[in-house]
Order: sequence, then C-alpha cells, then structure tokens
Amino acid sequence: MSEKSWKELAIGGIITEAGNSEKYIVGGWRTFRPIFIPENCIHCLFCWIYCPDSAIMVKGGKMVGFDYDHCKGCGICAYECPAKKKAIEMKFEEEFAKEVCEK
Amino acid sequence: MREIVSLTGNDAVAYAFKHAKPDVVVAFPITPQTELMHKFAEFVADGEVDTELVLVESEHSAMSAAVGAASAGARVATATSSQGFALMWEIVYIAAALRLPIVMALINRALSAPINIHGDHSDAMGGRDTGWIQLFSENSQQAYDNAIQAFKIASHQELFLPVIVNLDGFILSHTAEPVELLDENEAESFIGPHRSPYSLLDFKSPITIGPLDLQDYYFEHKRAELEAMHRAPKIIEMVGKEYGKLTGREYGFIEKYFVDDAELVFVSLGSTSGTAKFAVDRLREKGLPVGVLNIRVFRPFPYNEIRETLKECQYIAVLDRAISFGAENGPLCLEIKSALYGVERPPSVGNYIYGLGGRDITYFQIEELAERIIKSKTVDKYGFIGLRE
Repeated sequence: MSEKSWKELAIGGIITEAGNSEKYIVGGWRTFRPIFIPENCIHCLFCWIYCPDSAIMVKGGKMVGFDYDHCKGCGICAYECPAKKKAIEMKFEEEFAKEVCEK
Repeated sequence: MREIVSLTGNDAVAYAFKHAKPDVVVAFPITPQTELMHKFAEFVADGEVDTELVLVESEHSAMSAAVGAASAGARVATATSSQGFALMWEIVYIAAALRLPIVMALINRALSAPINIHGDHSDAMGGRDTGWIQLFSENSQQAYDNAIQAFKIASHQELFLPVIVNLDGFILSHTAEPVELLDENEAESFIGPHRSPYSLLDFKSPITIGPLDLQDYYFEHKRAELEAMHRAPKIIEMVGKEYGKLTGREYGFIEKYFVDDAELVFVSLGSTSGTAKFAVDRLREKGLPVGVLNIRVFRPFPYNEIRETLKECQYIAVLDRAISFGAENGPLCLEIKSALYGVERPPSVGNYIYGLGGRDITYFQIEELAERIIKSKTVDKYGFIGLRE
C-alpha cells in the first residue's frame, strides 16, 4: 500500500473501503512466533477456532500453516493444541531476526 | 414575520436552535445553560419543532450522542457550561477531527475549584485547541445571530467543522433585552439544507469512522484538519456578509469602536466589549482618544485583521477573563501579542485580568484604567481589575 499525502485523504479520516484491515500488516508486533510441526498435527482445527486474529491457514479442511502478516504471536493456538506431541511450538521472534531483516 | 421580543441570552439561542430545525438536540442541564434547554424542550413538547431531543446522563455522553447523530448525517445542536464542557473535552476534539458540523452554545462560566457558577471565560479557553470554530457574543442579539450563522458555517460543504457560540453566563444568559428574531421561513432559507460530510446510514457505501491511526497516517489527518480551519475565515466572512444583507447586522471577525484615531485601545471578548464601549463614550466626551476592539471570532483567530487595526496605536489594554497559568499573559493577550509580532515600533501591550468567577466589571473601572494609562504613559504587563490586593 503506497502512503498517501494529507491532500488525498478522505474527510475526517473515515475509511471508505469496507473490510480493508487485511491490508494492514501487523505481524511485526510479535514477540513469539508459532512454528507448525505438520507431523504432529491431528487437524482438529482447535487452533483455527481459537485464533483471535484469523491467522491460521486452512486448506481442504486441514491446517497448513500461519499467516505471519497478521499473527501477533499470542500463543493461544499452541496452548490449545490437544495433540499428544504439540503440533505448534512458540519460539522467540529474535531467532528469526536475520530472516526478518532480509525480508 | 420578524418580531422584536424581550429575551434572555439563553432564550435567544433556544429560538435560534428552533429556527435551525435540528434533527437531534442533545441536552444535559448545567447552570447557567439550563434555561436554554428548558426553553428548547418546551418547543419540542409543544410540537413547535420536530427535533429528537435526547436527554443524556452526562456531558461526556452529550457530546458522544452528538457525534453519533452527526455522523449519521443529522443536523445536531447542544449546549453546555463550565464543568460540563470540561467533562466533554475528550469528545470535543473527536467531533472536530471527524469534521462533524455540530453547533454548541457555550454559556461561559468559571471552572472549579473553588466552585463558582458565575461567568468568566475559563471554560471557553479550554476549547482553544480543540479544532472548533469559536464565536463570541456581546449581547443576546449577537448570540442569536451567531447561533443562526453557526449552523450555516458548520455545514458549509467546503468546511464541515463544529462551531461553539460563546455567551457570558448570567450577564447575557439570564438578562433580558430586546432581540430581533428572524421570520422562521426566512431563517430556514438563510441556513439552507443540512449537509453532512458523510453518513453512517448510507448503506450503499459503508464506512468506518474513528479508526486506529498510528505513526503512518495520524500526522497527515491532523494536517488535513488544519487545512479545514484555514478555510474557515472565508466561509465565516461569506456567511456574515449574507447575514448582514438580510438583517443589516454584519459583525465581521472584529468590531472596531472608535479605534482608528485611538491612542489607547481596549481589546475584549463578549459582553465586556459593551461595557468598554460605554466607558469609551464617556472618555471621548472628556476628549480622551480611546477605542475598543471587540473580538467576535476567536477561532480561527483573525491575526491579520488585528495586526492591521492595532499596529499604529500607542497603547493596548487587553482584557482577559481567564488565566493561562504559567503563561506570560492571559490567553487573549497572548494572541494579541502574537498578532503584533514583527510590527515595526509595536504598541505597548498591557494585560488586565478581570471578572473571574463573575466578579463585576464596571464602566467606571475601565474609565479609571484608561485615564491612568494615558496619564502615566505606561501599561501593566500583568495587571488586575477589581481585585482586592
């Protein structure tokens, strides 16, 4: 999204486009990053139900990974994961610092 | 048919509200504003105006309801005083930033503590930086005229900013004087149809108002709001001229009373300008070259007009009915000094705090001050009128 000058803004700071919050990248707020371990996953989709930011990606009824642009790293998914060996592990975001910087 | 009736300032503004036919009026009582809303509630109860009168539980809610109604596209009015305005403060900024054309009568009163219900300008000065246009009224007639114009100014399509109409508590709000009211149809066609910048009830184009706005856009939105305020003088002037044509009463941003050849000019806001004019009449009879500059538009502040008017005079005595604690002067004096910045051989500017908590100011005190300044050829940097030392 290119940033607009003050002359191009809608009056009163209103948002005229419904449902545009998806365009706002908030993944940078994370302290912890959820890591998906597919071999442990039982595809119960508890994570999908509990995620407060709709950041669990599902294809064909199966958990496939995280939307890191919107996941804020709260860890609820990892906490709720009922699999005997957890399919979601929370890691410090700084472990990925190099990767983030390169991105 | 136009009529001249005896009205208090509160009643005069209630009539202006009635003539503006607001869709929604939000009311919470506070002295000395209460009678304004009493009167308006009577109009609603008697079926004289088809307004949704919303009675709320606090002024914070009053301004919130006003914001809600205005963002739905309604013409909205409300009124308050003192602590009520202070309690609204948070939402007052929001109304301006959302560019909602709300009209509010602010019946000026002192702020606590100590508790005091009488008139001064401390409440209005708390609204200086909120983004609202502020008009001051010298008498009940001007309060009515300002309120009628406020509706037209606020919802002008190049502007969309809320307007405060200030009038002095008790001195104007509770004192009856003759007021010429417009004919209802005449008022309606002068004000014109209500325009909104947007409407939450427009289901075909849904919008979000008041969203989170961080480092990336907040600054730009404030700059755009500032631009609207920069456009305000043109609209205020245009509406004022049109009103002048209709009624013969055009006020402008400032009103000069014997200013052109004056050696000493008093600068004031609100009803005290009337007192000062009376004092000037008497001083002129004694041959003293004194004048009054009455400021009608306080926000946006008319710096250029004031600079051009005052730059040649020798002494200025700015009468402030509020204190800005920690500042070099009262709030009005700070503006006057700012207007005169950069003038070659600027006038000596004196500042006189007066009338706090409704302390009376008489023409005699102003006369005495004028005589003292002219005789001693000095002004006080920070003086007081009517204070026991």
